[in-house]
Amino acid sequence: MIEKIKKILAQVSDPEIPVLSLEDLGVIRNIAVNDDEIIVTITPTYSGCPAMEVMQQDIIKVLSKQGRKVGLPTKVTVITQLSPAWTTDWISEKGKQALLKYGIMPPSRKGTIMCPQCESKNVELLSQFGSTACKALYRCKDCLEPFDYFKCH
Amino acid sequence: MSAVYNYVLNLGDNTLILGQRLSEWCGVGPFLEEDLALTNTSLDIIGQAKMLLEYAAKLKNDTQSADDLAFMRDQHQFKNVLLVEQPNGDYSQTMLRQYFMDVYHVHLYSALSNSSNQQLAGIAAKSLKEVTYHLERSQLWIKRMAHGSTESFNRLQTSLNKLWHYHHELFEETKELSQLVVQGIAANPKELHKKWDTEVKTLMATTPLEIPQTGWKATGGRIGHHSEYLGKMLCEMQFLQRAYPGCEW
Repeated sequence: MIEKIKKILAQVSDPEIPVLSLEDLGVIRNIAVNDDEIIVTITPTYSGCPAMEVMQQDIIKVLSKQGRKVGLPTKVTVITQLSPAWTTDWISEKGKQALLKYGIMPPSRKGTIMCPQCESKNVELLSQFGSTACKALYRCKDCLEPFDYFKCH
Repeated sequence: MSAVYNYVLNLGDNTLILGQRLSEWCGVGPFLEEDLALTNTSLDIIGQAKMLLEYAAKLKNDTQSADDLAFMRDQHQFKNVLLVEQPNGDYSQTMLRQYFMDVYHVHLYSALSNSSNQQLAGIAAKSLKEVTYHLERSQLWIKRMAHGSTESFNRLQTSLNKLWHYHHELFEETKELSQLVVQGIAANPKELHKKWDTEVKTLMATTPLEIPQTGWKATGGRIGHHSEYLGKMLCEMQFLQRAYPGCEW
């Protein structure tokens, strides 16, 4: 049953970064099923991230709609768990590759930031915050393209 | 339990009011990247306010929601320190206030991550990551403005003269708070003050900035005695929920 739920949940993505599924983003902490209810536990990325609310609604919408067809309970509850705090280390390898292809440099613990367009490491920081709280804005000094870097968190 | 409630409410109000003040820069930041950075910082801080106020509401058996706490209380019921309600002023004033609060939040959340109260510890560990990043940014601005032009230095010095007296309130001790410290729930204000002082003064010493030498200390916010600025801000912040109670998007 859990596998069925996981399969359905794979369709839910981060509304700000549609190439990342919630699983790739590493926000799903637990899935539990009892007689008449599915309980999905997620952890927020950033405390004020507006995408979190949308994700919760999407989880409920997708699971209650499609779950019915495969015999899952239609009642879905999403619980938010703060601890342990989410970290970008939980983004899957597949997710990191998807980010790179999408034009966002994935988080790098080693601090090597390269341009997702031309792979040059000759880059400069433009602003510590990009289009969302989880990203910083960089520019490639070779191809001159600006790009987002998903910050280590 | 009401001691914990008061403590959480103070922390929640500090973040809510600071976040609201920062959001006033939205659309009028000095340049686009700064505009985005400030509003993203604001978003993080309002997110922290949401977690804290939701917890406060839970402590009162959910007789009121986090939204009720934010939008339906009057000025004297807010327990934030006076520093966060001070107007944004120019950019030096906004960034100095931010720097003061970032240093405070980093030490506060570090200490609270080990709180015996699991809920507070969880909120603190989560928020610590965010404020650490905010501090990196605000201290860069302080250095940049202090070592910048005569104009930027003078403005920052003026802001320092204005805001310095407000930081003491962050570390005020009360009997109630001391008991929470003994129980391992709250962060020790004395230790926080020491750490804050050392860190801020170390940075100031690398700049030509002079810390004002007067003894006046602003106080009152934590018992609901606010400056004239809070009421005006609340008028704007609370307008929608007051005019249309319970209104949702």
